[in-house]
Amino acid sequence: MTANILAETEDLRVCYGRVEALHGLSIRIREGQIVTVVGANGAGKTTLLSALMGLLPHTGRIAFPRWPTAALSVEERIRAGLCLVPESRDLFGTMPVEDNLRLGGFSRRGDRGYSAGQSLEEVFALFPRLKERRRQTANTLSGGERQMLALGRALMAKPKLLMLDEPSLGLAPLVTKEIIAAVAGLRDHGVSILLIEQNARAALAVADHAYVMETGSIMLEGPAEAVARDPRVVDSYLGARKADPEPSNEDAAPAPHPRLRTAGS
Amino acid sequence: MDLSIFGFLVQDGLATGAVYVLLAVCLVMVFTVTRIVLVPQGEFVSFAALTLAGFEQRQRPGLAWILLIAGGIAFAMELYGAWRRRTRRGLAVAAFSFLALPAALSAAALAGNALPWAAQVLLTCAMVTTLGPILYRVAFQPMAMASPLYLLIAAIALHFVLVGSGLYLFGPEGVRTAAILDGSTEILAMPVAFQTLMIVAASLALNLVLFAFFGFTLLGKALRATAVNRRGAQLVGISPDYAGQVTFALAAAIGALSGILIGPVTTIYYDSGFILGLKGFVGAIIGGLAAYPAAALGALAVGLLEAFSSFWASAYKEVIVFTLIVPILLWRSYAHLTVDDDHE
Amino acid sequence: MNDRPHARHLKGPLPWLAAALLLPLVLGPYHVALLGYIMIASLVTLGLTLLTGVTGLVSFGQAAFVGMGAYTTAYLTTGWQLSPWLTLPIALLLTGASAAAIGAVTLRMSGHFLAIASLAWGISLFYLVGNLPWFGGFNGLSGIPPLTLAGFDLRGEVPMYYVILLCAAASFWGVLNLLDSRIGRAIRSIRHGGALAESVGADPARLKIAVFTLAAMLAALAGWLYAHDQRFVNPTPFGIHMGIEYLFMAVIGGASSVWGAIVGAVVVTLLRQVLEDTLPALLGQTGNFEIVAFGILMLLVLQRARQGLWPWLVERLGVRRPASAVAPMAMPSIRTLPARGEPVLSIDGVQKNFGGLVAVNRLSFQVEAGGILGLLGPNGAGKSTMFNLISGVLNASAGEIRFLGRRIDRLRSRAIASCGIARTFQHVKLVPSMTVLENAALGAHLRGRSGLVRSVLRLDRAEEARLLAEAAHQLERVGLWAQRDELAANLPLGQQRVLEIARALAVDPVVLLLDEPAAGLRYKEKQALAGLLLRLRDEGVAVLLVEHDMDFILGITDRLVVMHYGQKLAEGAPRDVQANADVQLAYLGAE
Repeated sequence: MTANILAETEDLRVCYGRVEALHGLSIRIREGQIVTVVGANGAGKTTLLSALMGLLPHTGRIAFPRWPTAALSVEERIRAGLCLVPESRDLFGTMPVEDNLRLGGFSRRGDRGYSAGQSLEEVFALFPRLKERRRQTANTLSGGERQMLALGRALMAKPKLLMLDEPSLGLAPLVTKEIIAAVAGLRDHGVSILLIEQNARAALAVADHAYVMETGSIMLEGPAEAVARDPRVVDSYLGARKADPEPSNEDAAPAPHPRLRTAGS
Repeated sequence: MDLSIFGFLVQDGLATGAVYVLLAVCLVMVFTVTRIVLVPQGEFVSFAALTLAGFEQRQRPGLAWILLIAGGIAFAMELYGAWRRRTRRGLAVAAFSFLALPAALSAAALAGNALPWAAQVLLTCAMVTTLGPILYRVAFQPMAMASPLYLLIAAIALHFVLVGSGLYLFGPEGVRTAAILDGSTEILAMPVAFQTLMIVAASLALNLVLFAFFGFTLLGKALRATAVNRRGAQLVGISPDYAGQVTFALAAAIGALSGILIGPVTTIYYDSGFILGLKGFVGAIIGGLAAYPAAALGALAVGLLEAFSSFWASAYKEVIVFTLIVPILLWRSYAHLTVDDDHE
Repeated sequence: MNDRPHARHLKGPLPWLAAALLLPLVLGPYHVALLGYIMIASLVTLGLTLLTGVTGLVSFGQAAFVGMGAYTTAYLTTGWQLSPWLTLPIALLLTGASAAAIGAVTLRMSGHFLAIASLAWGISLFYLVGNLPWFGGFNGLSGIPPLTLAGFDLRGEVPMYYVILLCAAASFWGVLNLLDSRIGRAIRSIRHGGALAESVGADPARLKIAVFTLAAMLAALAGWLYAHDQRFVNPTPFGIHMGIEYLFMAVIGGASSVWGAIVGAVVVTLLRQVLEDTLPALLGQTGNFEIVAFGILMLLVLQRARQGLWPWLVERLGVRRPASAVAPMAMPSIRTLPARGEPVLSIDGVQKNFGGLVAVNRLSFQVEAGGILGLLGPNGAGKSTMFNLISGVLNASAGEIRFLGRRIDRLRSRAIASCGIARTFQHVKLVPSMTVLENAALGAHLRGRSGLVRSVLRLDRAEEARLLAEAAHQLERVGLWAQRDELAANLPLGQQRVLEIARALAVDPVVLLLDEPAAGLRYKEKQALAGLLLRLRDEGVAVLLVEHDMDFILGITDRLVVMHYGQKLAEGAPRDVQANADVQLAYLGAE
């Protein structure tokens, strides 16, 4: 398991005004891996993705193949092979599914060897439902179909690293399963994935490597199976298997984790 | 009022209305894509008419200076940005569109003073169109994330700059360009000037072209996508800067064509653009700055209203047209009860 | 945007006022007249500051209101020989009434509509006045009488200067008073979203119209002064270009501060004088160069320093706001809390559809006095929709919501607030430019009665002191007393959430609705918050807690309702709910 490093951050910091939201994150994604970041609401997971995408000003180093040292704009990051599917999906609601997808390939227009039609067929092969609905506007789709469209739109840009922010948000368990399975399938197509999920259990089940974030810092990291078994993670994010015998105020909030960064780094 | 006067007024109203339609459509387009209420849209119109008139009268067109100076500033801003980001990416494109193109067009305009009419029109359109993205780069791009209100104030400030420069470069005299088509025909026993027919036809054709552009091309769809969801557009690689500059080029091109169409029928002064643009607005507001067909119909109605009110109460023509905005807003405020409070 | 109306500097401006009083002794008549002109302009700009910087509205039409004031007095004093002292109230009332009517039409829509509409009516009024024979057309009206006072003729630069100074000083005093009052706090909250004002029971739509009217009346006062100063009016100074220039003054000076109005008026007026004198000579041609320069200056200010010059000056001059002198004291409650265990909020079969989507599906539960009910569920389960239905932001498609037996599901947010249902926001909504104390006092809005006029005239001080003491009391209760004079913007997120609770408590609530109060909090902050909520419960307040953080909610709630797909999945004691297999599956994620 020593695939090449695809992307890496070092001491990544983001400030909202005077408040620092990310306190020097260092994470690493290897080629062909699914890496997941779990953590409570407000831990800074979305901020991390926004910084990686260039949507937020940040300090620290982000390394990605063929990235020069200068700050890259969002569009340049997309062309370099980074793609973000945000929590809000941000589809073009009043436009048909097919237009949404074709616009997904906007950054590749004019590229040698890129064929929008071929990419479209690939996405349709992955999500046949989208092909059925290709003439429908995006805002008439169901929640699951919207997530498929968001994924498909991102894939049109031929990303090397796909970043998914809460893909199961608001989806039924069955649909979540379907989406997660599709995400796992992408890995087999050679796309690396950085997955942020509320549904920590589902995310850890599919991921190769995991980071646990709390209030802007990485608390724990390691192979996904090991993290999923870690008692602190089980307590805080996966939920105790049996009811707590004596719930009291002290137990209410998660116990403070020791700053522990285990194997893998 | 007899039938012939009525027919004449309708013709007049349709001709000016057809131009307002173009302006209204541009305003809606620019606003939805960039959230800028493009007050200087009218300057594209007046500058085009004044430049074409300058060519006809064998004068050096002042527009060349605006183009060169603004283009120089735009390029300097690009240079500064490139220096700060320590990269040379994008400079070549900027050098072409902000330096080389304006320089070439200005050279052509300043040198060739006996161009054929078609070349004059083409050169005029090219110059004004080139000015569009330059203005976006200089005035709006550095504050593209500001609220629509600040963008509107900036638009007004830009309008001030352009009008003030217009007076200096074009002088205070009004111009009328040569008629494109002479003569008239009869439709329903009514004499109809070819010029009028041409304006209406050209407006119709331009609207069709725009419709096709937004409906069928990837670039047009990209602009629409920006209007629908800015962040989504950014995430597929449509940069807001790029979308803004393309939109401004389009708006400037349509403004230039409007100026060439309206030049022979209306006397255009250096500051005529403001009132023309505002009339486009009244139409655009009927569409809530969002809906194209409603905006176009509204603009046509403004043209007709203006024609009839100038017949009955010529002195109050502007009063009537601009007071129309009050009932329109009243209607819209009841039709649309969504109270949008968050200005941040 | 860091706006900060420096409302408490009554000591600050006094030396400046003294200087202004003495200036005519050292300046020549030309400069005295120029100063007078600047002060008239600053009156208009003051109104615009209220509109733009404080309330977040933009109008290019203020010059038209100046014209309305000027023409009213010009017409009535020349045509009807009325005394200028009589035409002043007429001009103010006429302009105010017109503004209220225009505001009622345009202020219901988002900001830029008002701005565009103001361009249109600005032009429209200009041509109307220019074409109406009664007003002398574009030539205007001349022979306006000078002001007289008890037989004294006030014509001439110096006497007029003092009249203008008096009016300006009184206006600034009034506006400062207004901003530092119950109504002022509500006005300052509007630009941060009407939902905030509604949540404390204020009516943002009415307040906007009030501010717009007030701004127009300030413009009318300026117009009245202008008419009797120049003793001649024509349409030009009231045209759209002047309207735009007034807005430039406000923005360049710094629209967020009352004092920016003066800075802007000074800078723009002097700049125009200089440019009009020098530029044509420099460029060898007559032209409108000053508007080019203004345009460029304006673009630079907008791009580089959108807050204008005043904040920059504040930094240089080191102006500081004094500490508040207030002691915590609770106001007597206006309600009697129901007995512990009595149901205060009953949700009965409530449904909400968004188009085809059923966000909340036939949901029923009760909130009891002295209890904490947790509404739990995964993201997108419909919790926030339910919260918005109770707080009146949304209306239910079906079902009933009752508060102490009274139906409230058709009421608007502010009516619900006045019942005694206070809320916080998932995304913290505070007025960043107000202090912690002022933000908390915003919550006590409905516990005061003073209106606009009393506030402007500073007749509200006794009540104001009580409101601030109540706010201080709530700060003490939640543990933010030490931070009372900080700007809300400078608090860390955890304390901002607690401040929202203090504001909600100042409403004097029977029920407290909290929307994800623990989101983004650190462990210690969560513990403190839990402690606070338990204390409130023990004091008899009913709390409805919408949360998504299972650990936080398990420890402090008495009962839980778990939502999933808009429906109730489970209800009961936290321990039972946690053990529920359905909940495990849906909320914690299937394995």
